[in-house]
Amino acid sequence: MKLTIRYFASIREALGSSETLEIGAPATVGDVRERLIASSPAHAEQLARGKALRMALDQELAEDSAPVRDGSVVAFFPPVTGG
Amino acid sequence: MPRVSVQSEDFDLSAEVEALRRADGDVGAVVSFVGTVRDSGGVSEMELEHYPGMTERAIESMIDEAVRRFELRAARVIHRVGKLRPLEQIVLVAVSSRHRGAAFQGCEFLMDYLKTQAPFWKKETTPEGARWVDARVADDEALSRWGIAAGNAGGGKPAR
Repeated sequence: MKLTIRYFASIREALGSSETLEIGAPATVGDVRERLIASSPAHAEQLARGKALRMALDQELAEDSAPVRDGSVVAFFPPVTGG
Repeated sequence: MPRVSVQSEDFDLSAEVEALRRADGDVGAVVSFVGTVRDSGGVSEMELEHYPGMTERAIESMIDEAVRRFELRAARVIHRVGKLRPLEQIVLVAVSSRHRGAAFQGCEFLMDYLKTQAPFWKKETTPEGARWVDARVADDEALSRWGIAAGNAGGGKPAR
């Protein structure tokens, strides 16, 4: 499966706006995070377990267990601070 | 008129409230909230980033929930993005209802929801440099009063 990964705010500054990721099916948002953590020290730092981080799958807030599909867009970003 | 606008331009509170008031003869109450950039703490500029598409979708679904919970007649949310200066307007939430109680509650609910679930991020410029604003646990607690777990500043599961 080919996925689009997007980053925002402080994570975007560290890792760039977006990248693509190939991952075997089936996979979840949590699996995607693990693959990215393994891809570079910068990813490992930004996406580390235990760090305050929010995730979205196809523009909806998502948890680790959410299954991804071919073409899915998975986004990682810090806690939100609008308003 | 759209219910949600994410824009760099400023907005006119009077025009937005007038539109809500005039649109519906059953409206007996309009409550609005405007969030602004504080002129304190040495902040010279604030930059707002968002996730285009997701932001609008998230706020639309919050409005659906607010309308359902409080039987609102209508709602309007405008959130600015890009570079803002101290004392500028950041966000407008305005809601209409038949009676004031629902409008007061619906406006506060929408604002509490938006603070912790809409994908916006603030970066402040100060004499020491630029820094990303930290999420506040108090904002998670504000949403929890409505029976919704925010899972933002405190981590954990997203609101549903």
